[in-house]
Amino acid sequence: MLNYESILQTLSMIDNQKLDIRTITMGISLLDCIDSDGDRARGKIYQKIVKKAGKLVEVGEAIERDFGVPIIHKRISVTPISLIAAASGEKDYVKFAQVLDKAAKDVGVNFIGGFSALVHKGHTVGDETLIRSIPEALALTDTVCSSVNVGSTKAGINMNAVKEMGQIIVKTAQRTADRDSIGCAKLVVFANAVEDNPFMAGAFHGIGEPDCVINVGVSGPGVVKAALESCKGEPFDVVANTIKKTAFQITRMGQLVASEASERLGVPFGIVDLSLAPTPAVGDSIARILEEIGVEHAGAPGTTAALAMLNDAVKKGGVMASSHVGGLSGAFIPVSEDEGMIEAARIGSLTLEKLEAMTCVCSVGLDMIAVPGDTSAETLSGIIADEAAIGVINNKTTAVRLIPAIGKKVGDEVSFGGLLGSAPIIAVNPYKCDDLVNRGGRMPAPIHSMRN
Amino acid sequence: MEKAVITVLGNDRVGIIHSVTKILVDCNVNILDLSQTILDGYFTMVMIVDIAVATERFEEIQRRLAETGEELNLNIRIQHKQIFDSMHSI
Repeated sequence: MLNYESILQTLSMIDNQKLDIRTITMGISLLDCIDSDGDRARGKIYQKIVKKAGKLVEVGEAIERDFGVPIIHKRISVTPISLIAAASGEKDYVKFAQVLDKAAKDVGVNFIGGFSALVHKGHTVGDETLIRSIPEALALTDTVCSSVNVGSTKAGINMNAVKEMGQIIVKTAQRTADRDSIGCAKLVVFANAVEDNPFMAGAFHGIGEPDCVINVGVSGPGVVKAALESCKGEPFDVVANTIKKTAFQITRMGQLVASEASERLGVPFGIVDLSLAPTPAVGDSIARILEEIGVEHAGAPGTTAALAMLNDAVKKGGVMASSHVGGLSGAFIPVSEDEGMIEAARIGSLTLEKLEAMTCVCSVGLDMIAVPGDTSAETLSGIIADEAAIGVINNKTTAVRLIPAIGKKVGDEVSFGGLLGSAPIIAVNPYKCDDLVNRGGRMPAPIHSMRN
Repeated sequence: MEKAVITVLGNDRVGIIHSVTKILVDCNVNILDLSQTILDGYFTMVMIVDIAVATERFEEIQRRLAETGEELNLNIRIQHKQIFDSMHSI
């Protein structure tokens, strides 16, 4: 039986602790839009997106109204465009990005993911063309997000792709230098990318997915922090249990919204992603949870342990609350999108190396980190290789979303506005790794990938 | 039966219950349960209502309640009950 305290607790979570549904993401397969004529393919892509997602925003808003729960984003992910555009034989795929951008804007979503290529073992012609098109595509569109998978536990790491992505990140930064290199905020380099991730910029609709699907990403760092405020000084057993209970409640809300959206749109429900996703707003920060657990600032000794426990407890609490859990499911630590992380980076508590350690125990990776504009492509590739290795060896998803802010140096700030936030430029190790990156080839899959 | 939860939060004053229930009468919404208290000086009321045979659409009831809330400087909202059930029961 529902008691009144429970009702008031829910309202307080929404009003004071910024509890919300972060995103309803509709995954749409574009496999039936493949055509040897590029214009015809783009026509089919536009039609399919508009047909499937035409009511997404309207239904999302109706659910918000009926349940009184904010749903921050309505988004779309599509089949990796390298697969869809290849048959066109075109020399670049920028026009495909533009048609995605137009469709996204016409249906009213704020991001569309899937300008992507999966090259963990090697490139097809379509993959090569797509990757070459990324800087221009991200400069000429507003809503399109791009991702490239360069490694997997099963395949190892494609070091040719790692090298190339360092160069692509630099070109993307240069191409959008007039806007603090914002293009790079829409570009993710993955290892072990997942097919059902609802979060941007890394969302794409995998080929093992149904024709159309609804995935939901929850949020709720503020709720976890508020819950922990009631167990100051308690041992970790109590802390972990408190997080589990809170994660359960947050995820139940996500499951309800996902089921409703699925029913109202007539589209199958895919997964709820259990990730705790922060925003730059005060009270919506993962870093502040870590502080509540007991570190002075994110990055201080103990941070990795606290994050590991947080991440694990979120999963344990969430998994029972949803019929299907998937996506990335863990705590996100995007620096520019988390008010507490921004502060920790500003005062020097959070360094690139500490962030790398933190990515070993949470989702997803080195996310939304601004580095000096003169960081070389090889150094970026070295960072990508390190991060991919963490993912490949530990059987988890890792990602790199670095922004080399052209014309800026350590201590300067970049500002992207809105949810992408702002970030201080943090230092990169000045020593070179060019010889490592230039070797190319493939790093073999780890021994524990052979499980058959 | 289609249950919804109405919550009213804010500074106490004369006529709050009257204003809210008048809207419910006008819209043919039946009150199933009601709890009202003063928490830390704040007027706090929670109602469980049945909107199955309401004569107005959910959005319209919501609009009228919010409008009255603005007039009385109160936070008045109506939400489908499933949101609370899902979060607070296994």
